[in-house]
Amino acid sequence: MEALLSNLALGFTVALTPEALMYCLIGCLLGTLIGVLPGIGPVATIAMLLPVTFTLKPELSLIMLAGIYYGAQYGGSTTAILLNIPGESSSVVTTLDGYQMARKGRAGTALAIAALSSFFAGCVATLLLAAAAPPLAQIAFKFGPAEYFSLMTLGLIAAVVLAHGSVIKAIGMIFLGLLLGLVGTDVNSGMARFTFSIPELADGIGFVSVAMGVFGFAEIIKNLEQGEKREVFVNKVGSLLPTWQDIKTAFPAVLRGTGLGSLLGILPGGGAILASFSAYTFEKKIASDSSQFGKGDIRGVAAPEAANNAAAQTSFIPLLTLGIPPNPVMALMVGALIIQGIQPGPQVMTERPQLFWGMIVSMWIGNLMLVILNLPLIGMWIKLLTVPYRLLYPAILVFCCIGVYSLSNSPFDVIVTAAFGLVGYVFIKLECEPAPLLLGFILGPMMEEYLRRALLLSRGNAMTFVERPLSATLLGIAVLLLVIIALPAIRKKREEAFVAE
Amino acid sequence: MQLRKSKDFWSGVMFAAIGFAFAIIIKVYDYPMGTASRMGPGYFPFVLGNLLGLLGVLILVKSFLSDGVRVGQLAWRPVVWILGAVIVFGLTVKLIGLALVIVVLVMISAFGGHEFRLKEQLIAGVILSAFSIGVFVYGLKLPFPIWPPFFG
Repeated sequence: MEALLSNLALGFTVALTPEALMYCLIGCLLGTLIGVLPGIGPVATIAMLLPVTFTLKPELSLIMLAGIYYGAQYGGSTTAILLNIPGESSSVVTTLDGYQMARKGRAGTALAIAALSSFFAGCVATLLLAAAAPPLAQIAFKFGPAEYFSLMTLGLIAAVVLAHGSVIKAIGMIFLGLLLGLVGTDVNSGMARFTFSIPELADGIGFVSVAMGVFGFAEIIKNLEQGEKREVFVNKVGSLLPTWQDIKTAFPAVLRGTGLGSLLGILPGGGAILASFSAYTFEKKIASDSSQFGKGDIRGVAAPEAANNAAAQTSFIPLLTLGIPPNPVMALMVGALIIQGIQPGPQVMTERPQLFWGMIVSMWIGNLMLVILNLPLIGMWIKLLTVPYRLLYPAILVFCCIGVYSLSNSPFDVIVTAAFGLVGYVFIKLECEPAPLLLGFILGPMMEEYLRRALLLSRGNAMTFVERPLSATLLGIAVLLLVIIALPAIRKKREEAFVAE
Repeated sequence: MQLRKSKDFWSGVMFAAIGFAFAIIIKVYDYPMGTASRMGPGYFPFVLGNLLGLLGVLILVKSFLSDGVRVGQLAWRPVVWILGAVIVFGLTVKLIGLALVIVVLVMISAFGGHEFRLKEQLIAGVILSAFSIGVFVYGLKLPFPIWPPFFG
């Protein structure tokens, strides 16, 4: 407890410097902005900003990028409530009851409840992160190469199970990602693989190119293909203050959403989207009177909003303790750390405590900023929504191009990104979920490295993965997950869970 | 044969082609395989490539067993104009400078949309150009040329 307090105190000294506060604010504002705007998400935005963070101090860079991620969870709900379209994929379920509340003239209440639920969840999840990270990192120090390999396998399988759409295609996307990740110089032998003598490929395909092409450009193409369809505006926001009755109804739902979200955020492959879906389904199931769900039940706003924000925060736990990204946004965070010359993993906490604790405390400050900023600024965000997409997408393109070009100041990366834009569009057309691909892409080289080391240590005996208890447990969970998903009953449930989209 | 055009069918084809292509490249370029205890650079990707290839075949075979959803029309217009605009940006930014290339990018990408309003896009391009130069070149000090070299 004392250690926790002194750690948090250290965090405050970092997070309360004017510089840190400024970058936290920039991150939160940017996050809210892209959260409010449909058609651009945190993955593309963080990918776009990565080259810019190169010049920043590591803690400032992470504080800002983290702000974008959880800020987007706040912003997404605004669009969901006012326009009935999710500004962010994690606010899909908020459209169900949030928009109905808005139609009944209670948009203000819905917005306030969404913001307050998110704030509450953010505070709890931040504390959880601070408390859970050090013991987990201790376990991580016991990990050998075999354990890391098994853990990554578990992570990838969990990503498959939790991704929506076809399981078998998701596995294919993981393999594809792993293979693409291997392009470039092999660290062990120094041999260039799959580079076809193109010097720029010697360092591998840039993950910013992959992320921005697949998540940024492909999204724009998809949106243009579908055409612009925005619904009528709700002009009357109404009173922002929830009534006492509202709070009494919403609070237990917020608690449950926070718990569920925190848990699902830690899981590899989880994250904000899954958390909000599960929280909504759960609320509906346990409610004594579920007839109002879908017609403007306040619990239908409070629970998923709490859950997605909690999950956004706790998904930092596997990244910061194990160095393993549980979702694409965290995969980009790995990139942000590597740009700064920091290898993500349990040693970050001990070697760079100011970075680690500064970031955690800044998350809490950022959540506070978001509540204070967003409720009074709501009018400004609403104005932004009137900007038509035909003016919006060229702006997104410009910022993306500047971002990719700055990676190496050569046309090469830009062209690779354009190629991945095409690839990403093909994925959308074939209904192949791109998130597992990005995870595989980041994990590919790491997995190969740990596999090699593990088998070198065991003299080529593959049994090492099941003979070591920690590794065997991890693999056991992975197998269990695969078995569960193969069961027909569960499979049906899983399909239902994603149908709401 | 409607089935053949299903999304699953083409996904299978894609995975199989890419997976086996990786495996074949390893064989053609003769990347050393090594042994399990001392893996060469070819070992892990060869296993992965073949696994992906087989998975692709499995998806392909499965696609014949059920009614698939057709892929549908590809939207070539946004694909060509959006990605084209990006490539033009990459190739010409050093030659004509950030100020001009952004206006060009905005104009080209506008053809990918549903309506083209010359005046509006031009104004949008100029504003974006000024904004980006302010933020990225003056603010964040990214090394972009603002004007074409022959302007001075």
